[in-house]
Parts: sequence; structure tokens; C-alpha cells
Amino acid sequence: MNDRQIREEFCIPSDLGEARRVQDEIEEALQSNRFGERDIFSIRLALEEVLVNAIKHGNQMDPGKCVRGEYTVTDERFDVRIEDEGPGFDPNDLPDPTDPDNVERSCGRGVFLIKHYMTSVEYHGKGNVVTMSKLRNGASEE
Amino acid sequence: MTSQPRKQRIVVEDIGDIAVVNFVDKKILDEQNIQMIGDDLFRLVDELGRRKILLNFSNVQYMSSAALGKLIRLHQRLQSVGGKLVLCGISKDLYDVFAITKLDKMLSIVKDEPTGLNSF
Repeated sequence: MNDRQIREEFCIPSDLGEARRVQDEIEEALQSNRFGERDIFSIRLALEEVLVNAIKHGNQMDPGKCVRGEYTVTDERFDVRIEDEGPGFDPNDLPDPTDPDNVERSCGRGVFLIKHYMTSVEYHGKGNVVTMSKLRNGASEE
Repeated sequence: MTSQPRKQRIVVEDIGDIAVVNFVDKKILDEQNIQMIGDDLFRLVDELGRRKILLNFSNVQYMSSAALGKLIRLHQRLQSVGGKLVLCGISKDLYDVFAITKLDKMLSIVKDEPTGLNSF
């Protein structure tokens, strides 16, 4: 089987419409590498959460700041790196949204979903850089 | 002045005293859309006095955590005025989002619209 690799970089202003455009572009790349609907659902959901976090919480919607990223899609996996210009955060400080005491709070639910849907997620440095991966066909599941 | 009519994001049908809401968008992701959908849903409660709301997600493919937050607040708002929120028509993928975040325990979720109409 040919290992078709798609690798792209992007640099977008803090604009949610631009984030949507990047997601559409990535979805096309996943479809062309025959990722299934379920994997695409997972990646799309995680990308939405990561990009909204970067633009809203990281860059505070500042149009002068941008979100940089790069992604690779192969027949086997999807990898992405996203960096904002914000102060970062400690993902370990977020409350567990499934704790009954927190379930009515919105805080932390997005990152929780990202961790669930992706094969691996890592925050780097001060927390303004995230890398995440998804193996195709739910290969991460036992 | 040119008026730009706001695109309708939800379609509301009154069945008895139950407001049945269908979503126009397949993807409830965009912050602005979520805000508009939230405003429309809260208007049903706060301005139109609806107390029984059935949200039909048959058309919805994706939803973000921001949309989940809006549903939680709508649920709380309805509870505070003695009303009830019921969700139906949720796909398997979308249901997983509710289950993973344990919101399936907090929100009333049923299979389809007929079941929803009988659950108030």
C-alpha cells in the first residue's frame, strides 16, 4: 500500500472562521487518506476544542496574534501541533468535568474530550503548545 | 439601510404544550452559532414562557463542549422555573460525547421524538 503523506503548515489570525477553514482542510486530507467516519468525528471534535482554546483562551481573540500549526496525515495516523501566543496553562489544574461537583461547570470539558478522543495529547512548555495524534481505525483501542 | 436577516438556526414546532426544537446545522461548533442557538432557546423559556422543551438532534452530526455548556445552562434554567428539558434523536457518536462527560446522567436523553413527547 502506498504511504501517502500529506504535510501542511498553517498560520491563522485569531479568527474562528479561519479555524473552521483549517478544520475543513484537515478533514479533506483525512478523507483522501481513507480515514473512517468515526476517526474523522474524533479528530474534528478535538481540533475544534484545541483551536477554540488557542484563539479564545490563549490569544484572547486578539486579531494581532496568530495560531501556528502543522499537521501530517498518512495512511496510518494523524499528527498535529498547534501553538498560540498566549500565556499558556497547566492542563493538570483543570477540574475533572465528570466529578459530580463539577459537572455543571463548563471548565475542563473541552480538554477532557480531546484526551478521550485522541490517541495521545501532550502540552508543552508553558502550555501554549499542544501536540496530538490519532491512529487510524481506532488502532489505539485495546 | 440594508437589513441582514439572521439565518434561522433552530426550527420550533409546538406540539401541545411541548416546544419541539430541530437544529438547522449539522455541526453545532461555531461559537457565534452556539450563541445564537442559545439565545433562541433561552428566549423560548424567558420570553415565550415555554416550560417543556424537546430538543431533536436527528440532524446534528457534531457538537463542541461550548454547545454542551449551553445545554447545561438551559437545563438549569428550565429546572429553576419548574420546567423540563428532554433530548432525543442523538446519534451513536454524539451520544458518546454525552456519556464520556457523564452528562447522560444529568440530562434527560431518550431515543426518539415520540418517546420524548411522552416523557414530560
